[in-house]
Amino acid sequence: MADTSYTLQARGICKYFGEHTALQDIDFALRPGEVHALLGENGAGKSTLIKILTGAYHPDAGEVLLEDRPVSFRDPLHAQAHGIGTVYQEVNLLPNRSVAENLFLGRQPTRFGMVDKRRIEREATELLARYGLDDIDPRAELGAYSVAVQQIVAIARAVELSGKVLILDEPTASLDRNEVEKLFEVIADLKARGLAIVFITHFLDQVFAIADRVTILRNGRLIGTEPLTEMSRTDVVRMMLGKDISFSGGTSAVGEREVGELLVSFRGTGRTGSLQPFSLDIHKGEVIGVAGLLGSGRTEMARIMFGIDPADSGEIRLNGTPVSIQSASDAIAHGFGFCPEDRKADGIIGDLSVRENIVIALQGKLGWFRALNRDDQLEIAGRFAEMLDIRAASPDMPIKLLSGGNQQKVILARWLATDPGFLILDEPTRGIDVGAHAEIVRTINRLRDDGMALVVISSELDEVVAYSSRIVVMRDRELVAELRGENINPSVIVQAIANQSDEAIAS
Amino acid sequence: MNRSLRPLAATTIIFIIAYGLSVAQFPNMFSTRVLGNFLTDNAFLGITAVGMTFVIISGGIDLSVGAVIGFTGVLVAVLVSWFSVHPLIAFAIALVVASAFGALMGCAIHFLQVPSFIVTLAGMFLARGAASVLTQDSIPVNHEFYSFISTLYIKLDGGGRISFIGGLMLLVFVIGAILAHRTKFGSYVYALGGNATSASLMGVPVARTTILVYTLSSFLAGLAGVVFSLYTSAGYPLAAVGVELDAIGAVVIGGTLLTGGYGFIFGSFVGVMLQGLVQTYIIFDGSLSSWWTKIVIGMLLFLFIVLQRVIFSSSAPKLKHVRKLKHE
Ligand SMILES: Nc1ncnc2c1ncn2[C@@H]1O[C@H](COP(=O)(O)OP(=O)(O)OP(=O)(O)O)[C@@H](O)[C@H]1O
Ligand SMILES: [Mg+2]
Repeated sequence: MADTSYTLQARGICKYFGEHTALQDIDFALRPGEVHALLGENGAGKSTLIKILTGAYHPDAGEVLLEDRPVSFRDPLHAQAHGIGTVYQEVNLLPNRSVAENLFLGRQPTRFGMVDKRRIEREATELLARYGLDDIDPRAELGAYSVAVQQIVAIARAVELSGKVLILDEPTASLDRNEVEKLFEVIADLKARGLAIVFITHFLDQVFAIADRVTILRNGRLIGTEPLTEMSRTDVVRMMLGKDISFSGGTSAVGEREVGELLVSFRGTGRTGSLQPFSLDIHKGEVIGVAGLLGSGRTEMARIMFGIDPADSGEIRLNGTPVSIQSASDAIAHGFGFCPEDRKADGIIGDLSVRENIVIALQGKLGWFRALNRDDQLEIAGRFAEMLDIRAASPDMPIKLLSGGNQQKVILARWLATDPGFLILDEPTRGIDVGAHAEIVRTINRLRDDGMALVVISSELDEVVAYSSRIVVMRDRELVAELRGENINPSVIVQAIANQSDEAIAS
Repeated sequence: MNRSLRPLAATTIIFIIAYGLSVAQFPNMFSTRVLGNFLTDNAFLGITAVGMTFVIISGGIDLSVGAVIGFTGVLVAVLVSWFSVHPLIAFAIALVVASAFGALMGCAIHFLQVPSFIVTLAGMFLARGAASVLTQDSIPVNHEFYSFISTLYIKLDGGGRISFIGGLMLLVFVIGAILAHRTKFGSYVYALGGNATSASLMGVPVARTTILVYTLSSFLAGLAGVVFSLYTSAGYPLAAVGVELDAIGAVVIGGTLLTGGYGFIFGSFVGVMLQGLVQTYIIFDGSLSSWWTKIVIGMLLFLFIVLQRVIFSSSAPKLKHVRKLKHE
């Protein structure tokens, strides 16, 4: 390479959290006009490296250079001022403030010392339109919008801030196909303008679609930096895991296999203003896949089933007897489990340990008079940590210090620990690395074979196809199709999801 | 309506209804004189409440304000009566001391990562103790400047008057509202209360904002102490005991969420006025014990906490969706 000038460079970075080595001697360099993928398993140290590059953490050794000059960013604000825009993994915005304020916080234009609200709102509208979000009111509270919209707002904010470097830590985890395409257009545009872009993801397809080079971390160590043109998928995975794994993607449908007796049935269950009434029978030993676009009512369905937003019409029968599910604790008492989509808001209890986070739902189910002692807790936590490959320095570490993917696994472990008869999983593989991804798909299959009834919501069609016995398709807050047998394949699902838009165009 | 506006609207409506009912019973209560006295009598509480609103929106609490009022009152009285310092200079000294005290508490909260209620509780004992060290007794202040201030007022139709301190409180509310809703500092305060980690990752200067918030709160408590001194013409170390709780009450009744992130300065004004209304009602009635003020405020507080809970958690509008596919 003749051109050795780097936009941003890290040399010999080390970072320790107490005993734990998060990063050991990492070199990482970004060229202007490149998209650089940063890959690694959950807990490999990707987010930690990003936080060091942007001043959110300070390295214990090593140096960071911006355009060949050593820099030491005090905090993210300082990095922003130097043209480094970042979307951190935890969608780090303020749900209590308006969309416009979230876009401009820290750099609001002022007039006579006052924030120029009108200008901010105008610019916010223009900015959002570029991402296809025309019908968002910039004055509305951000928290009123879905995770996907919040994610796009976070990206838009970071893009505006990035004069030289844009860093995206798993930005696409909650986006649908169209939104990902929009994002890629924006990235291509920035790349053409000479920005350096860091892209972290667990979707290898996306890496191959836009990245130029890739850096791979494993257990806090640098495995290598390579141009992607010289790599195959298998090479990448081998470097990440240090071993080969076989791909389970695209496997054929589970099909119409023997199912057990009817367990739960929903009859005209719905909730005004949230979801049209739907009917669904779920048998033991059956996985119902739920497909649909973001905002089609998938999550709403899960929340109604689990009583978080109780249904206001129809009835729910369990083993043939009508039951009333008015709250999550009713649902738990009936042996339901629910692993939510937004784990930050609904799932983890940040300050409690990994062990406590795993046993909490089980303890809730047992009641307070049958307290699990510490040994039981450790045994349970250990068993699931091994089963799901949860990487934590110790089971007594606060869960908020775990990497994003490992937190997700803890939530899954929590519900598996209650040994539910009926388990609802909302996007269980989001943000989870390839190795663990395959493990979760295997776990779902095993639970089904053990006779559990599952409802699994997922945006990844290949995955839904791989484990579902039946697939229901949601559209516009309504259950619109139920697919079985050979209809369980991605193209039929896409057809079912898209139907309405064709009709809309036709009319 | 924006859901953060709902508690404020509820408070305002309750105030109007309560005032209407009081007037129906005691028509004399509807006069500019009564309204003017509302302002004067609650000036120190209102000024304190403005600072408290910032603190609570930022996700903290300041338990030291009552003690700071007591301390500044005593400090001013000591300087003016014992050392013959001109009141204006005494005020300036008191405000500087109070602000420095707040800045110190802010530093402790941010850098030592100690919860604000612990730090400000310590601050409360410290300020109260310091006031008692200066004197155990009430020190009267007789200075022509105090008499002069009491001659400053704006006459209203109907015999009422807006006194200097009443007007000062209104001014503090106006400036507070501008600061909270129109400046960068204000947006940082809301950001902190919303989610401190996000705020810092988004580039909010967390340290500076935290320290400024407590400095502002103590400064305003100091100003309230000055106002209290003008109002009572004395300094007493046990003055304004429990005012921090009245202020917190006014802020919460005014629609600010105790957990931070949501709230309005104007709401705290209505909260203070509502407390003033209850007191005035009790005076007009004549037979009720003044403790009824506390009982009514307690009930209102409870009502509002329940109301906020309902508005902000269970009925939280779940996901406004950007609809990609239109129905029909
Ligand atoms: N503040 C902290 N204190 C202690 N340990 C931490 C802290 N932050 C991260 N770690 C640990 O450092 C390791 C690397 O975490 P990091 O978040 O960088 O992983 P990651 O590669 O981003 O993983 P994921 O794909 O799951 O997001 C993890 O083992 C995590 O538990
Ligand atoms: Mg991460």
